[in-house]
Amino acid sequence: MSGSFTGTLTGTGTLLRFHLRRDRWLVLWWSVGIALLYWSQAVGIDGLYATQAELDAAAQSMETNTAMIAMAGPARALNTVGGQVTWQASAFGALAAGLMSMFVVGRHTRAEEESGRDELVRAAPVGRLAPVVATLLTALVANLAVGAAVTTSLVAYPLAVADSLALGVGVALCGLTFTGTALVAVQLVGSTRAAYAIAGSVLGAAYALRAVGDAGESWIRWLSPIAWYQSMHPFSGLRWWPALLLLGAALLGLGAAAALLARRDVGSGLLAARPGPAEAGRGLRGPVGLVWRLQRPAVLGWGLGLFLVGLAYGTIGKDVEELLGDSEFSRELMLAGGADPVDGFYATALLMLALIACGFAISSSLRPRADEETGRAELLLATALPRRSWWSAHVLVAVGGALAVLAAAGLGTGVGYAAVTGEWGAVVRYVLPALSYAVGVLLIAALAQLVVGLAPRLTVLAWLPLLVAVVVMLFGDTLDLPQVVQGLSPFEHLASVPVEDVAWAPLVVVGLVALGVSSAGQWALRRRDIG
Amino acid sequence: MTTPHPSPVEIRGLVKRFGSFTALDELDLEVRAGEVHGFLGPNGAGKSTTIRVLLGLLRADAGEVRLLGGDPWRDAADLHRRLAYVPGDVNLWPNLTGGEAIDLLSRLRGGVDPQRRADLVERFELDPTKKGRSYSKGNRQKVALVAALAADVDLLVLDEPTSGLDPLMESVFTDCVDEFRGQGRSVLLSSHILAEVERLCDRVSIIRSGRVVESGTLAQMRHLTRTSVTVELERDAAGLDALPGVHDLHEEGGRLHFEVDTAQLDGTVRALAERGVRQLTATPPTLEELFLRHYGDRS
Repeated sequence: MSGSFTGTLTGTGTLLRFHLRRDRWLVLWWSVGIALLYWSQAVGIDGLYATQAELDAAAQSMETNTAMIAMAGPARALNTVGGQVTWQASAFGALAAGLMSMFVVGRHTRAEEESGRDELVRAAPVGRLAPVVATLLTALVANLAVGAAVTTSLVAYPLAVADSLALGVGVALCGLTFTGTALVAVQLVGSTRAAYAIAGSVLGAAYALRAVGDAGESWIRWLSPIAWYQSMHPFSGLRWWPALLLLGAALLGLGAAAALLARRDVGSGLLAARPGPAEAGRGLRGPVGLVWRLQRPAVLGWGLGLFLVGLAYGTIGKDVEELLGDSEFSRELMLAGGADPVDGFYATALLMLALIACGFAISSSLRPRADEETGRAELLLATALPRRSWWSAHVLVAVGGALAVLAAAGLGTGVGYAAVTGEWGAVVRYVLPALSYAVGVLLIAALAQLVVGLAPRLTVLAWLPLLVAVVVMLFGDTLDLPQVVQGLSPFEHLASVPVEDVAWAPLVVVGLVALGVSSAGQWALRRRDIG
Repeated sequence: MTTPHPSPVEIRGLVKRFGSFTALDELDLEVRAGEVHGFLGPNGAGKSTTIRVLLGLLRADAGEVRLLGGDPWRDAADLHRRLAYVPGDVNLWPNLTGGEAIDLLSRLRGGVDPQRRADLVERFELDPTKKGRSYSKGNRQKVALVAALAADVDLLVLDEPTSGLDPLMESVFTDCVDEFRGQGRSVLLSSHILAEVERLCDRVSIIRSGRVVESGTLAQMRHLTRTSVTVELERDAAGLDALPGVHDLHEEGGRLHFEVDTAQLDGTVRALAERGVRQLTATPPTLEELFLRHYGDRS
């Protein structure tokens, strides 16, 4: 840090303009998407409940539904539109802002260093801190845009101005907190993928801690920035001081990132790359060995992550019964449907875990495209490796990985439940249902494979089916989406286990559709240009 | 390996379009058995596209392409057992070491001779224990070169293989290609480094805007161009500028400078001899001049 501080910032303005130029659509779509998430809840509630009495009744049952509390947050003022918006949207809004911030940080820092473009920029008269400060400012602009969009849409709805402002400010501050995490992650490791894994885990942990804390009404929730945001209590006795916690965490993250940056060389991470074997082992023999070796960290990472989230859900299990016991009304409501409330909770939890597993399945299915873009596919396909085998290896690892990740999620849930209740039979009871959602995950993976085969330049489309499935699952009923639209999610056709018994017919049909779509992807790939 | 077979690469009338852009426009190319064939052309002329069609990565829109007697699109994997490829910009797997990448590529091609691999690693001074992401460009290139040169194949396809190598390693590469040819095998070498082409290639093809504009041995190509001559004569130079093939004749400090079509060199030298030659220098055209002649009017 010799020389003047301002010297280390030379060129920040130019870089910031350049980043914003590259990100303008990304920021726009994330802002619109997140604002829509909040605003659509208000529309949905008003559309669904014609009278206050109806909303009161619904609120009463929701307040005691631990599954929904674990998923969304503490139940406050649920008999008001504002309270419902806060409850339904704030946790997911914070997650979305966190994801956006992670991608913005990753693409302007580590990805640039990895590709060598950062060197080109640094060779110009650009200060040492300029790229990272410009990235931080870009994330700041993006999060302010998100916050402004959320506030504006809610004020326009119209909801109370101060509380709408709190929801906007809070979501922006959550985004900034996770910007700090992401900036630390990109200092630590040498690859963008690994940095995303670290930042994504922190994001997941923040969500899981709040879920466990909210469901059990325990202090654990205070470990999560998402819970701080919700503790601002918008529309239910607004208070501003928790925003200071978020601001403090954001500043702490930025400070840590700055300290780490000063200690490392450009192009490398703080955790140094170690030398490896001079010769390939037995495992690295064919395409499956290679793809497995490359995806092993991802499978292990996602598996461990989902195991932990499952564990968190599992430990709540007993509380579901206890909490329901307090409310005769909701117990009757649940049992009238003939369902065991604990099973009802786990049906929702397992579906949620399956949707997260789709994230792995899609990114794994997109790997062949990354091989093409980097030219590694060319290197492989210039050997005696047939295209079919190269592709099949990727499909095999994606399918096997997805099953493993789902099994880990079910195992976590079962073990968590058993640890609290001492009922070890639960392990089997939750692993198998988790796997029954696998065909849905595999269909989503197959659609991603079809995108790679047919439209390799439009890989972003591969995420669309997951987005549809998430919207249908989380908001299908609140938004009163037509049945046709809800039917677009493969999970809508599968039995809601363990509440319902496994229905074999839809399982087979969805499985066959997945097989057909995946084969179509392979057919298209074998007929097109590579590269 | 030494049995002469038909030309390993035969391309006739190859057309490849990307949307409305025609990358290859009726391209012809032949690599004969046992030769090192230079493939020259400016950036974007279509060298890499040709090679990718040859490797079965891109599908030809028209024309006939034969690789080692087979169809590169249909029989890709089988034909690839008999060739090795080095791209100009090698990207390795970030978390695999160089040694692992070499073994992987060799195994996928059908096995490796450990002695030969060890020998090449040593000659190229490669550290095989480093992870893919920490290699420099030159070292990534070496990994692909070792994997290709260690293979027991009939044909090497090299797309600007020495980009990023230092001069010492470049000369190791040149020796390796010489040895490879010495065993009667063939090489298609796309390159920008004219000294390398001049030193290695038996024949060259020059490509421009998706077409081969010139093909033949360097000697034949030189024949089509002009030789620069500087001469000091005892007698009068009158009439020299009227000789067929002589261009740009001018005098400078008692010496004559002119250019002559290489095909007319013999007659010109006779005419000079009649006028009594005191001193004579004749410079054959360099490859660079050949090159510039074909691309010069580009700008």
